[in-house]
Amino acid sequence: MVNWANFISQCFNGLVLGALLALISSGLTIIYGTLGVLNLAHGAMFMLGGYAGWLAYSYSGSFIAAVVAGSLFTLIVGLVTERAIIRYFYKRPHEDQLLVTFGIGIVFVETIRFFFGSLSKAVPPPPPLLGITPLGFMFYPTYRLALLGIVAVALLALYAVLYRTRIGMIVRAGIEDSVMVDVLGIDVYKVFMLVFGIGAMAAGFAGIINAPVVSIAPDVGEAILVQTFVVVVIGGVGSFPGAVLGGLIAGEIISITSMFNPGYSYVMLFVAMTLVLVLRPYGLLGTAGRE
Amino acid sequence: MSRPTYERSVSRRNLLQAGAGLAGSALMAQSFGTPALAVGISDQQPIGTWPAGVQGDTVYIGAAVPRTGTYAVQGEDELKGWQLAVEHINNGDPLLQKIAPKVSKGLLGKKVDLVVADSAAKPNEAVQEQQTFINQNKIILMTGSTSSAVAVALNKFAQREKVLYVTGISGSNDTTGKDCVRYGFRQNFYGETAANAIGPVLLKQFGKNRKAAFMTPDYTYGHTVTKSVNDYLTQNGGWTMVTNQISPLGTQDFSQYLTNIANSGAEFLVNVNWGRDAVLSIQQAKQFGILPKMTLVVPYQIPFLAKEVGPELTAGVYAATDFWWTLEDKYPLAKMFVDAFYKKYNYRPEWGAENSYMSFAIWARMVSEAGTFYPPDVIKQYEKGETFPSVVGDVHFRAADHQLVRPVVIVRGKKPSDMKNNEDYWEVLEVVPGEPLMQKPDAFGCNLGDYT
Repeated sequence: MVNWANFISQCFNGLVLGALLALISSGLTIIYGTLGVLNLAHGAMFMLGGYAGWLAYSYSGSFIAAVVAGSLFTLIVGLVTERAIIRYFYKRPHEDQLLVTFGIGIVFVETIRFFFGSLSKAVPPPPPLLGITPLGFMFYPTYRLALLGIVAVALLALYAVLYRTRIGMIVRAGIEDSVMVDVLGIDVYKVFMLVFGIGAMAAGFAGIINAPVVSIAPDVGEAILVQTFVVVVIGGVGSFPGAVLGGLIAGEIISITSMFNPGYSYVMLFVAMTLVLVLRPYGLLGTAGRE
Repeated sequence: MSRPTYERSVSRRNLLQAGAGLAGSALMAQSFGTPALAVGISDQQPIGTWPAGVQGDTVYIGAAVPRTGTYAVQGEDELKGWQLAVEHINNGDPLLQKIAPKVSKGLLGKKVDLVVADSAAKPNEAVQEQQTFINQNKIILMTGSTSSAVAVALNKFAQREKVLYVTGISGSNDTTGKDCVRYGFRQNFYGETAANAIGPVLLKQFGKNRKAAFMTPDYTYGHTVTKSVNDYLTQNGGWTMVTNQISPLGTQDFSQYLTNIANSGAEFLVNVNWGRDAVLSIQQAKQFGILPKMTLVVPYQIPFLAKEVGPELTAGVYAATDFWWTLEDKYPLAKMFVDAFYKKYNYRPEWGAENSYMSFAIWARMVSEAGTFYPPDVIKQYEKGETFPSVVGDVHFRAADHQLVRPVVIVRGKKPSDMKNNEDYWEVLEVVPGEPLMQKPDAFGCNLGDYT
């Protein structure tokens, strides 16, 4: 029996969850598309953004400061990590890249645990976004509604950078064929560093804006990492629009399935992924030939 | 760059040498190694890690405890309880001697040492780690869980390996029910006793014929606790379970489940989720306006819950628990325990640490009373069912299912303005005697299995 108020509410949940997954996945997918490195430390970046933001919030009491701190900190961590470690792995086998990014992730998580412990840390939403909003069919947390807008703006900004700037053009060219970009005389390594930084920042930004919804702990990125991989596979590796579409689809599948039986939410997500892999091996909006 | 390669060739000569060495060591072990012979008890055949594990100056205990993941916070508290108990066994602390009078600086003349690994609350990891400890340290006791899935897995592993196991936190009825074993023992309260203790309090406070939504983690602990609590409330108070939202361990976003609950028409939110799952589901229930609209009930108390979600959210919440530190006013041993723990760790212990400490103290009592580490004799000592003191008064083990008969503590969350210090989150309402709360020993299908 379908209760329509519940159904619409669940679609809404799916939209919020999907938007967040889209944002994190877009970071993961542009890194993989450009650098060819599957970044298993992406979940740790999400977590780092949350902690940097929480620290900034603890000192300043300002949510805006928290968001700025979370984003900037992960941007810097991304740039430094690429320069110091990832760069030396471009020519090494994929297994080495997986191992090194996995290791980096563990180091980040355990460093945070060492300093801050495992207790959850809460970042409250900014005061105007506290409370719940009546939507007619249901009451919905105001901050979650705002989250939709915040993520949409962030995705638009990312889109503008990727599709409306010269650097974005180079990044997209790098996703299609990084050797050719190099041949054309563009310093492709500088681009790689920037892409890794921006990708990390997308995760970090998501980490802090999600903190008022899911309070942060050192392991917060672990679960989200698995979901974002599924999103990237569904959407198409290296495709920014694919990540957005994949994120929304994943969010809706999880939410709507849970209305009937929550136990099957993730089963259905993986069923969808399997279907996509069988019918469109390169993902919904992916292109054959991309690494 | 070429990598150095190592080649290992086995010559006939090597093989013969190694073979001779092996034969020699086997002979040595037979002639000098068996204390059973030395003390003249000839009917004790080597079993599990005995006697290999008790031949040195030190005996080892293996702990597989979650230090990462959903139950990390509670695991860390448990670990401190074990560490304090080991310290107390080794220096013959007065508190430990109250529980185990025959212990004096070590156990049967041996130093006790704890080896620890992070299980992340995953059964397969916990079993692998204990296997490693058995191989490397010849551990004579295992502990750990904070997830009944782990407790059940380690129960079976203990029975197979014939190494004693005392559970860490484990709330499932199955641990001393259908999955009970001869080699496993549980100190703490569990689903059935929690339900029978908190049930009457809820009916008295809120009356009959109410509607409740349940949140249940999807494994043995969640299912059995939800069943026990729901059975009590429906059979004795005519309550209705309007929805049961089952979520996997480690869920972060509970919005789907909470939406179903918001639309269910429930008056009560009975949250069986545990660890970080409980923290997140309660915080998010507040975001959705479900709290304080519905009344929150926590049938199986979570250490540090109030600290993590804030006392505003736990104020007025009823919970069943194993121990709360203000019991120090009622029980002298509780005072000694809280003081010793506070002195060492600078915070007041929650029930995970209490369970850990008591499990080890009781084990030390049983070993010292039996006068041997020989597992079947230690088990029989537990099964005598002798009464001994604990931090919640006198307790004893039930021989038929290896469950400690101990009271369940009912607490209610304090308002922030009523808190006397920053850890004064709960008020003890009642200490309910354990015996009447328990099911018949065979009601959950317990069959302990063999001693050897």
